[in-house]
Amino acid sequence: MNLTSILLASDAMSFFKENTPAILICAVLLLVVIGGGFGAILAYAAKKFHVEQDPRVEQITAALPGANCGSCGMPGCGGYAEAIVKGEVELNLCAPGGSKVAQMVAKIMGKEVAEADKRYSVLLCKGGNKVAGKFDYAGVSDCRAAALLLLGDKVCQYGCLGLDTCERACPFNAIVMKDGLPFVIEERCTSCGACVKACPKDLFALVSEKKTVVVGCQSHDPGKVVNKICPVGCIACKACEKACPVDAIHVIDNLAVIDYEKCKNCGLCVKACPKSTIYNMRKTRKERAERAIQAEAAGDKEAAHCCVS
Amino acid sequence: MELLYIIVGLVFVNNFVLAQFLGLCPFIGVSKKSSDAFGMGLAVIFVMAMASFFTFTINEFFIRAGGQNVFYSLAGTLGHAKAQKFIHEKGLSEVLTTGVFILVIAGFVQFIELVIRKTSRGLYDALGIYLPLITTNCTVLGVTLLNMKNLQPGGDWTKMAFGEGLLWATLSGLFAGVGFSMVMMLMSGIRERLAVSKLPKAFQGAPIAFICTGMMALAFLGFTGMIGGLKANLG
Repeated sequence: MNLTSILLASDAMSFFKENTPAILICAVLLLVVIGGGFGAILAYAAKKFHVEQDPRVEQITAALPGANCGSCGMPGCGGYAEAIVKGEVELNLCAPGGSKVAQMVAKIMGKEVAEADKRYSVLLCKGGNKVAGKFDYAGVSDCRAAALLLLGDKVCQYGCLGLDTCERACPFNAIVMKDGLPFVIEERCTSCGACVKACPKDLFALVSEKKTVVVGCQSHDPGKVVNKICPVGCIACKACEKACPVDAIHVIDNLAVIDYEKCKNCGLCVKACPKSTIYNMRKTRKERAERAIQAEAAGDKEAAHCCVS
Repeated sequence: MELLYIIVGLVFVNNFVLAQFLGLCPFIGVSKKSSDAFGMGLAVIFVMAMASFFTFTINEFFIRAGGQNVFYSLAGTLGHAKAQKFIHEKGLSEVLTTGVFILVIAGFVQFIELVIRKTSRGLYDALGIYLPLITTNCTVLGVTLLNMKNLQPGGDWTKMAFGEGLLWATLSGLFAGVGFSMVMMLMSGIRERLAVSKLPKAFQGAPIAFICTGMMALAFLGFTGMIGGLKANLG
């Protein structure tokens, strides 16, 4: 018995053999009517309920990076594109895209755009593993959860808890943990601000790349307390204030704060700081730029994205 | 009382995700965030109830066996006595149900999406992006096909009038959707918690979500006896 005869003998085939013409016509008719009906309704609805959308919205959405990081303040790249076309916002708000994207967007909109200032996320704590714990934390491995319990498990209530929240929050893999502290890989940092939002201790700040001096501490504890618990914390000794030639750094509420409007990157406060709390990124940034140039010359793309130095 | 059985039966006992394993794709895909899960849940409730309503109507007048079928009178006018007899006794369900239902649900969902985009921007932002995702999703098709089971000889709704059957079918769709959304919300809560816990790399993301789903399904097995218990106690 071959396959055809089995098929012909089966119930399904006898069903069709007996009723084919009429039932087939019914089936085809029904599907044609329903399909045609819905087609007509949809065609009509597409016209009737048509929503006018500026074609530039799509073009701009395509030009944006599509990371939906929200650093522009809109919910995702689509929202930003719509806001641009409506003329509600500036064109250079896309931090991950930088000036390149801002110029593409400006071209689509037919406008000029001011050169956006490149910024990086910098860390305002140098404690990490150097600061002792005050109890064994065994809860959810996330800084935001840990910070809810007695302000975290570190003796310094202002310092980094080192539970990788920022590393996971960074959409560009620009943060790696090193000695209990996050390290920002500036090649990858787009200053989207995801880490700033994620950190429960507010230990990240977005600082212009032209400003290289950073105070690596957020502790408002008196110097006496900081001296006991952290080898690298700000003790509010005011040595930096005295060293600064342009009156740019001040100790406010037991913490040195730099006024970046005045700071000239001279680095005298870095040298004056007895706890080396203040650090200068000039050297590392210069080295990185040189490395990038060398790597480009060698045509090695991998090396241009080299990681922890 | 029937309504209570439907609610308990579809939300707990025969939950679409955990007891029938339908709709696992949106269940895993959109349960990462509670807000997304909520939007998706609303869209599913809406689409399931409306799809049940429309497919039940179409089934009654074009597919189901009996004298009310449009094709019955059509065959009569054309003089096809044999086809008329066939439609009266068997209907067209063997050949047409699935195909027609897919067509109806898909067309309907597309239409609704167009309408709410124009009329209610807020609702569109809440539901809109999820609506195309569930165009003839297996939960939606599942609930309409299961409704048809109740219409077959010996089913619960076989002897009911059309209007009454339609009401129950729509309610079934509604509460099947409620059950789906409830499990979605539970799952999104679990996954938000899982997102911050340290897991072995191999388990991160979907694998641990499926393990949790399995455990939730085991827990939901505990509801199995509820209908019998309710019937025994409430009569």
